Amino acid sequence: MNETRPNGHAGEIKLSELYQEVILDHNKRPRNFKKPDNVTSFAHGVNPLCGDDYHVYLRRDAQGLIQAAGFEGQGCAISKSSASIMTTMVEGKNTAEANELKDAFIRLLTQDTAGAVEREKVGRLKIFEGVKQYPIRVKCATLAWRALEEALKENNQRLEKVTTEE
Amino acid sequence: MMAAPFFDVQKVRKDFPILSQTMSGHPLVYLDNAATTQKPRQVIERMDHFLRHENANIHRGVYRLSEDATRFCDQARSKVREFLNASKDSEIIFVRGATEAINLVAAGFGRKLLKNGDEIIISAMEHHANIVPWQALCQEKGLVLRVIPVNDRGELDLETFEKLLGPRTYLVAITHVSNALGTVNPVKEIIKMAHHAGACVLIDGAQSAPHQKVDVQEMDCDFYCFSGHKIYGPTGIGVLYGKEKHLLAMDPYQYGGDMIETVSFEKTTYALPPHKFEAGTPAIAEIIGLGEAVDYLKAIGFAAIHQQEKELLDYATKKLLQIPGLKIIGTAAEKESLISFVFDQIHPHDMGTVLGEFGIAVRAGHHCAMPLMKRFQVPATTRASFAFYNTKVEVDVLAAAVLRATELFK
Repeated sequence: MNETRPNGHAGEIKLSELYQEVILDHNKRPRNFKKPDNVTSFAHGVNPLCGDDYHVYLRRDAQGLIQAAGFEGQGCAISKSSASIMTTMVEGKNTAEANELKDAFIRLLTQDTAGAVEREKVGRLKIFEGVKQYPIRVKCATLAWRALEEALKENNQRLEKVTTEE
Repeated sequence: MMAAPFFDVQKVRKDFPILSQTMSGHPLVYLDNAATTQKPRQVIERMDHFLRHENANIHRGVYRLSEDATRFCDQARSKVREFLNASKDSEIIFVRGATEAINLVAAGFGRKLLKNGDEIIISAMEHHANIVPWQALCQEKGLVLRVIPVNDRGELDLETFEKLLGPRTYLVAITHVSNALGTVNPVKEIIKMAHHAGACVLIDGAQSAPHQKVDVQEMDCDFYCFSGHKIYGPTGIGVLYGKEKHLLAMDPYQYGGDMIETVSFEKTTYALPPHKFEAGTPAIAEIIGLGEAVDYLKAIGFAAIHQQEKELLDYATKKLLQIPGLKIIGTAAEKESLISFVFDQIHPHDMGTVLGEFGIAVRAGHHCAMPLMKRFQVPATTRASFAFYNTKVEVDVLAAAVLRATELFK
């Protein structure tokens, strides 16, 4: 019981894989953490079990190309950094490309068969792979992406709110 | 002054097999006792023995096994009566847990006796289990739900409570100890005020029964409930205490076998309490396990439990407050042994994950008290809740791991 701070212990390694520098940085200084001007699409994502709550905003041009992405809300380091990185990655993408990225990311975190193909597709989102070791936290990492999926839909098909518990 | 009771925590820890395990490669530091407590071998072995050698349904067979099982359940009821100092065994109703107990009162008492325009008072620190059943009843019957506010320390505002009490107040439903803040509410005073106004009182004892000697007659509550698994007994069993006059006036909660006197297709007459409220085969092994848990607590004694837990609370409060940025939510003058804390820069779920990697089990979340979280303007808290089997060394491990988390998220 004296060993209260086991440096180099497996737990520390797991933690450093989960909370990578980039994730901690985006948590501390989230990018695009605001509502962009002239928003054309938006969605609200919540995790009722833990209270994570984000609004995701998009400004898209007539062709559906994402010109700006932003988010507001609150939640843990995993959900916030994932939302932050998401907003930096979807700018310039059209609906199909953004959905493809989202699908690959969710597959990477939720499916055992996911691997090289998804890793290649998601690029710097690879840093979230450590979340896989904490099944309950996968919902944190994917919450903003579920909201993005909703925001990308046509207005008349969009849900008022997406939740992790359905 | 009474001499401090002798309490050997290392000896007590040997009664709890799980406490010698590891989690994530560290000795398990179990600080989620407000969610559920660990089970002593006395409870585990008693249930194991029953299931291996004594199992039979109760109230049915005329053979020895069934007679014995029935007797064991009756004995457990008597033990619980003594545990709460109720006046009669028939005032002790076995339910699944505190949640079911509250639902039973809402259905059997509330639905039958309350009328359009009647008022129910709860508090801002209630667990969802003591909010939602009343909310649903209010919607169904056109009742009014009123809420006692909580001050910044996490104490009930009794001046406002006095003003909320009125001629239409029928029921006051209040937690004895807050599961999210640790606040011990002055239930005797609340009950006196409510009775003075002609209202009945239900006390949610889920967080008080594990920590202090409860005397329902001295308290003078109309109803009191607790969950077995929070007093070192099994899950799936709990207790509703009700004053006999209320239990006689109430409707049954569920209908079926064991709760009837006679049945014909024209008319059924119901059994007397407690059986009136215990339809179907109960959780027999769990009832017997609960009786054993009550015996276990009696053997240790609440004087020793209180002293050990008070020491842990004071020590942990002091240690945690030394950590830069840590804020404790719930600083009432009277607290049971739990500490809810937050950091501006660290979300409770991240804290919970980090602590878990150090073998520490805490709760991170809204603790089924979302209105209370809103009151304190936090989305969630990290909660460490202590039992008498916890040690100061474990508090040190907790404080060191929390400090490590602050380094990680600095």
